[in-house]
Formats: sequence, structure tokens, C-alpha cells
Amino acid sequence: MKDDFILKINNVTKDFPGVRALSDVSFNVKEGTIHGICGENGAGKSTLVKILAGVYPFNTYQGSIYFNKKELKLTSSSIEEAIKEGIATVYQELVLVPYLTAGENIFLGREPRNQRGIINWNKLFSDTKEILTKYKLNVPLFSKLSTLSVGQQQMVEIAKALSHEVKLLILDEPTSALTEAETSSLMEILKNLKKSGVTCIYISHRLDEFFQITDSITVLRDGQVVDTVKTVDTTEEKIIAMMVGREMKKRFPDKKSKPGEKILEVRNLSVFLKNKSVIKNVSFDLKKGEILGIAGLMGSGRTELVTALFGEYGNQVTGDILLDGKHIKINSAEDAIQYGISLVPEDRKEKGLVLIQEIYKNISLPNLRQFSSRFNIDKYKELQECQKYADYLAVKTPSLFTITESLSGGNQQKVVIAKWLMSNPKILILDDPTRGIDVGTKYEIYNLINKLAEKGVGIIMISSELEEVLGISDRIMIMHEGQCAGTIERKEATQEKIMALATNIKKNNRYD
Amino acid sequence: MKDLNYIQKFKEFKIDFRAYTLFFALVIIWLLFGSLTGGIFLSTRNFSNLLRQMTIISFLAIGMTPVIITGNIDLSVGAMTGFISVIAAYLQAIIFPNLLPGLFPSLSIASLGIISTVVTVIICLFIGLLIGLGQGYIIAYGGVPAFIVTLGGQFVLKGGILGVTQGKTIIPIEDSLRVMAQGYLSEYAGIIVAIIAIIIIFISTLQNRTKKKEYGIKVRSLGMDLFVAAVFSVLILVFTFMMNSYRGIQIPVLIMATIAIIVTYIMNNTRFGRHIYAVGGNREATRLSGINVRKVVLKTYAMMGILCGVSGIILTGYVAAGTTSGGTNYELSAIGGCVMGGTSLMGGIGTVFGAVIGTLIMTSLENGMSVMNMSVFWQYIVKGLILILAVYLDVTSRKNKV
Repeated sequence: MKDDFILKINNVTKDFPGVRALSDVSFNVKEGTIHGICGENGAGKSTLVKILAGVYPFNTYQGSIYFNKKELKLTSSSIEEAIKEGIATVYQELVLVPYLTAGENIFLGREPRNQRGIINWNKLFSDTKEILTKYKLNVPLFSKLSTLSVGQQQMVEIAKALSHEVKLLILDEPTSALTEAETSSLMEILKNLKKSGVTCIYISHRLDEFFQITDSITVLRDGQVVDTVKTVDTTEEKIIAMMVGREMKKRFPDKKSKPGEKILEVRNLSVFLKNKSVIKNVSFDLKKGEILGIAGLMGSGRTELVTALFGEYGNQVTGDILLDGKHIKINSAEDAIQYGISLVPEDRKEKGLVLIQEIYKNISLPNLRQFSSRFNIDKYKELQECQKYADYLAVKTPSLFTITESLSGGNQQKVVIAKWLMSNPKILILDDPTRGIDVGTKYEIYNLINKLAEKGVGIIMISSELEEVLGISDRIMIMHEGQCAGTIERKEATQEKIMALATNIKKNNRYD
Repeated sequence: MKDLNYIQKFKEFKIDFRAYTLFFALVIIWLLFGSLTGGIFLSTRNFSNLLRQMTIISFLAIGMTPVIITGNIDLSVGAMTGFISVIAAYLQAIIFPNLLPGLFPSLSIASLGIISTVVTVIICLFIGLLIGLGQGYIIAYGGVPAFIVTLGGQFVLKGGILGVTQGKTIIPIEDSLRVMAQGYLSEYAGIIVAIIAIIIIFISTLQNRTKKKEYGIKVRSLGMDLFVAAVFSVLILVFTFMMNSYRGIQIPVLIMATIAIIVTYIMNNTRFGRHIYAVGGNREATRLSGINVRKVVLKTYAMMGILCGVSGIILTGYVAAGTTSGGTNYELSAIGGCVMGGTSLMGGIGTVFGAVIGTLIMTSLENGMSVMNMSVFWQYIVKGLILILAVYLDVTSRKNKV
């Protein structure tokens, strides 16, 4: 064969109910190179990784994948099979046993044994040492994983992947949890791996990393390949343009009202969690009827910022919060709700809903006082009120008594919003409210947010989608590594500007 | 009106299959034992005994239901019942006979006995409340797993039992306390209670109708509503006459029914009840809805404590003594009753009514096998296997539904 491609992806399409996650994706990966894949959240990167790792087995997608000159047909959904074929994946979240040492983790389930089935510890540790030295991974041999830093744990994860005879190593956003120093040592490790002939697929949100290590880059957008380019032939600006540069259609309703007087002031808010500074000196204002968009990559501190406003971190928060000009102290969700602050949380299933309960019980949960005395809930009043909000939001359900779990994602989100609307908030915080929701429902939610703003509710909305932030906000605040990287008025905002601030493009030299 | 169509749909289709299955199982068990014992099991006398047998465990199962629904457990209730039982006996047999005549020299022995019982009841309920609050506080605010706290509590309370009794049985118990556990309502009193219950049923049916009309919800025809109310009334009357044909309605059974109704009401019609189910369904989402989850958990243990107090008092009255072995393993029967009645140990699901029926099923098995003269070792084995079978069937049926 004359081509030296180790992986050829031909016309792969993957559908989920209601969503096409990958559409006709094709690209090739050269043997012995580092191939970057980038794209916005939801562009299809993770789906692609899951197909290669065998999480979505052969036949659940269309198209073909050739690996090592033969077609890749992973039948079971276990990652074992992919590993046997020579493809190992290191995920964003670590999947190691924290109370075992590096070696025990690396050889978990396939420990070297003697004839009687007893583990040969000497061999286990010497094998571990061999792998660690071969790939220049600096990890203590006898420490439990829980005592190691995240970066070191990641190295163990990589070592585990490499302990199999892998030809292709996939790294899915490996640096999202790493410090800068750890990131640069990971870069070194990857360069070494390349020298020893391992092919890597590298996925990240941090564009500068691509330019340090990758040989070529594939850009995905909305499940499609925009282009595959050689890294030396391109620039970060070009990549950003490819990631976001689609035409803006009329996907957002117009907002008629103008912001009124100031309702919320946040001054020098900082959050420390486990002695780590998560939010550093963030200050911002919110006016009545204003929609403040918060942009930023995952892990940029955007969620932590709003949960701090909702009282989640108690006394680990420093700084001042002024509501209507008065200093307030928010120590719990109860306090926040009392002050008229409501939060539609990021994870509706884990934090927003009691899934096993009926819709009306979810809507009324924080609002029971509105129709109950100490000894009695007026059920009919409750149902009537819940009905009002369910109708207002057009929740599609056969009845208010339907179990919430059986609703679609978009309708579940509507239930969460209904619940907080009923509480009549002065400030409504929405943390990525349209994630995983179809376009039609998204539009309904935007409309609703506009209507609330017109009524004078101050709205803070986090979004992972740049278009959404641009389409709906009056003002956009961009978070980067726990800090406010900048605030842009809607008129002046462009996707490129936001992306540049969010990825902190100016600090290009931090690995030099 | 368009907007209330959701509610109507619900009213038409709501059928509680679970409750019917339980009833069905109960009837099968009764008929089975009835035929195996040549009808003795179904005699009024045995039926009366059966109901009394279940009361003490029922109190615990009723209290355990909210605790389990919030995703916790209480292993100390057996020992707590035993402890409160010996405290009651100690007060009645040792403290008050010396104390009360000095305080009220002019009163007759009978009146002193009643004062003794009233004060004993108050103190016992209060002790139950305190122990419940203590354990609940450590669980809710201290973050120690409920399993550990209440296992530890069980040991402590067992020690307490031995400390109070010094290993001996404490007697005598006042007659007035014995009546609470062993007494019967007179024939007329029974009928009066039945009539009051029937009046309440009809009034609430009619009130419900007015309320529904007020909110524009379609109501069933008056005749239909009255028919349903009448069916329940007939059941109550049949029960009353059946009991009266033996010795009358038993006082502890009446107490049990009252408490079951009160706790059911709390669970279904108050904020506290709603919060209990929400905490069990998703603790995090409930907390983020501004609900003080810890306080909710604390309150369930407080309620459990009070019900252990009731259980302990009735136990003392029933055995007419305070014994060192009282309450042993009751926690297991109570948990068994809850689980049999459909309460999920994962939290979020369960009813007091189910727990009572579950306890009744467990007690029926026990009683039926005793009437059949089955050896005790078989009784344990059968009870255990049936409990596992019941939960297995429940789990598989739920899986199929989803």
C-alpha cells in the first residue's frame, strides 16, 4: 500500500433520537503523527471518540472506518475490544481507582500471576517501572492515586493505555483539568510518544496546544467536517473562524425592551474550594430587564460563579453582593430564593428535577408556601397554578400527573423553568439552559427569556454556544480560568472576539 | 375550560394497582390459611387477635415509612420500643407508687392509677421524641450514616434496658395502662366511633365536590360519589359488627388506625410530607429548591421517636410488665412491613397505607402458621422467603414498566 494512513474515517454518520450528531464525517490520520480535532461544544467530537472507542459499536452508525488497513468492526460496547484492536482512549474524566497505586491501576484485572493464581507483585511493579521510564512518565511507583496530582493521575491513565499494545491513542480534552505546568509536561510526553511511533488523536478546547504538538487538525462543526488542514499551513484565527464561522440565520427572537436600573452588583467575588481559588475577583452589574450572557469554556468558572451567587459555597465566598443597593449575604439556596434569586441549574436531571415524581410536584416544590398553610396544601389551587405555568411554557405532556422522567429533555427543561418562574424571581440565572435541546424548543426558551426581561427580571444566562450568547444577550461577560476576561456590549461582540478572550489567545507564549 | 383537562384525565385513569395487588395478596393468604386451619384462622376471635398482634409493629412501620422514603433507615426502633417499655414499667411500678400518694394524699387509688398512666404516657412520648431528635441530629447534621447511628443507638438502648431493669421483669402495671393495650370499646362506643367515621367520610366527600367545582374541575355525578362513600361506610359497619360479635373494637387497633390516618395525612397533604418524598427522590434537587433537607430528615426521626414511644407504651400494657426482651427484632419486622408494602429502600417511594398492609400480611403469616401449629423454625424460614419473594416481584414488575 502506498498510503501511510493508520486510520481512515469514511462518511460516518451517527444519529441520536432527534439529533444528528455526526453527519458524513470523513478524514484520515497519518501513522506516527498527532492529529488534532477541534470544534465547539456539541460539534460531535465526543461522539466520534465514542465510536472509535467502541462505546457506540459497529452498525449503530453509518459509514466505515479503516484502522490499520482493515475495516474496524467493534461489535460489543466494551472498550476491551477497541484496546485489543490497538485503540486506547484517555477520557476527560479520570477512570482510575483512587486507593490503588499506579501499577495496580495499570494492570487492574490482568495482574501478572503465577500458576496458582497468586499475583506476582515484583513483576507487576517492575513492568510498571518499565512503562513509566520508557515513556518518561514521572509518577511515584508506590503512592496511592488519591495522593497524586491530577496531572500525575492522567499520566497513569496514559501509561495504562500504553501498557496495551496500542497503535492509536485518543486523548479527549486531557488538559481541561490540568494546571499550566502539568499541561506543558503533558505536551512533552506527547512529543516523546510521537518519537516512539504512537499515533495520537488529540482533542482540546485550548487552541494554542494544537500549534505546539499537532501535525494536522480536523475542524468539526455541527457534526460535520469543516476541513482538515496541516498545522503549519494555518493559524489560530483561521481555526476559530472555521469553528464558529457559519452564517447567522434568524434563530433568535428580537428583544424589544431596554435594561432599566441596576438590580444586582457583584464586587470582587472570589471562591476558594479545597484551598484552590476557583473564582478570582469577579465584579459585574446586572440591570433590571437586562440579559447578561456569560461565555466561557467548560471549566472556566462560569458555573461556579453562578452557583456562588445561589449560596452554594457558603462562607468560602468572599466579596460583596448588593441587591437593590443593599448588601446581602447568601449562605444557602434558601437564602437566595428568599432574596428572589432563582437558578436553573446546569444539570437538570441531577440538580433540577425529582425525576421519579409527577410534573406538578416538581413545579410546586420550591413554591408550596404559595398555596399551603402549616397543616394543609390546597391541592386544587396548586394544580391550577401549575397548570398555568405548564400552559405558559407549553409543556408537552398528557397530564400534570405524568412522571417527569418520561418527558423529553426539552420538556424537562421547561418544567425546571416553570418551577422557577412560579417563584416569581427578581433575578433568574440560567446555566446552559439549552444544552441538548432541539432547535424549536430553544427558540421557545429564548422567547420566554425575552418576555421575562421585558417584565423587568434581571437575567444571567450561561451558554456554551457562542451564537446563542450573541443572539440573546444585551451584554456578554467572558470567563477564563476563574476570572472575568472581559465584558463586551452586544453591538461590539463577534464570535471571534469572544473566542479569543475565552481561549486567551494572547497568552500564546506560556509554554515557552 | 381548557386548562384543567390534565386534571380530569388523571381522575379518570388513576388506579392504584399496587394497593390492589397488596389487597389481593392479603386475601389469598387469608383464604389459604382459612382452608388450611379449617376456618379457625378466619374466626372473629382469631381475626381480633391478629389485628392486636400487628399494632405494635404497625406503629414502627408507620414511623419507618417516612424515614425510609428520605433514603435513611432506623435500626434502633426495636431497642427503643423495649427501652421506653421498661421506662414505662419502671415509672408505674417503682417511681409513681411512692411519689404520687405523697403529692395527692386525698385521691383514691384508682384515680392515682389514672394520673400515673397519663404522666407515664407523656414522659414516654417525650423520651421517644428526645431519642429520635438525638439520633436524627447526628444523622442529618453530623453526616454520620443512618445505618451506623441507629445500629449504635440499638446497642446503647439495649444497654439502657438492662440498666433500668437490672435484668429483672418489672411489675405491676396500672390497669388503666393495660386497657390501652388490651381493652375493647363497648358495643355502643364501637358503633358511635363507626358512625363518626362514616359522617367524616360523607362530609369530606361533599367538601371535595364543592372544592372541585370552585376550581372548575369536572366532578363525578353526586350519586356516584355517594355510592363510593356508602361502600366505605358499609365496610366500616361490617368491621364494627364483626368485632362487636366477639368483644368489640380493640383500643390499640383504634389508636393504630388513628395514627395511620394522621401520618398519611401528613405525608400527602402537608409541605413536610411533600418535602419527605422530594428528599428521597432527589436530595440535591430538593436542596437547590430551597428546602432545608437536614431539617426534614431530623423531623422524620423525631416522628419515628414519638411512634416508638407509642409502641413502647402499648407493649408494656400488652405484656403488663417491663421485660428485658421486649422489642427485640421489632425493627426488622417493621422494615419488612414497609418494604412488603412497597416502600423503596432507594428512597422517594412508599406509603403509610402500604406499610400497614405489609405489616398485616407479615402478621397474618405469623399468626396463620402459629394457628397451624407449624414449628417456629419453619415460621421464620417462610416469613423470610416470602419477604424476599415479595420484593423480587415488586422489583421485576417495576423494571418491566420502565
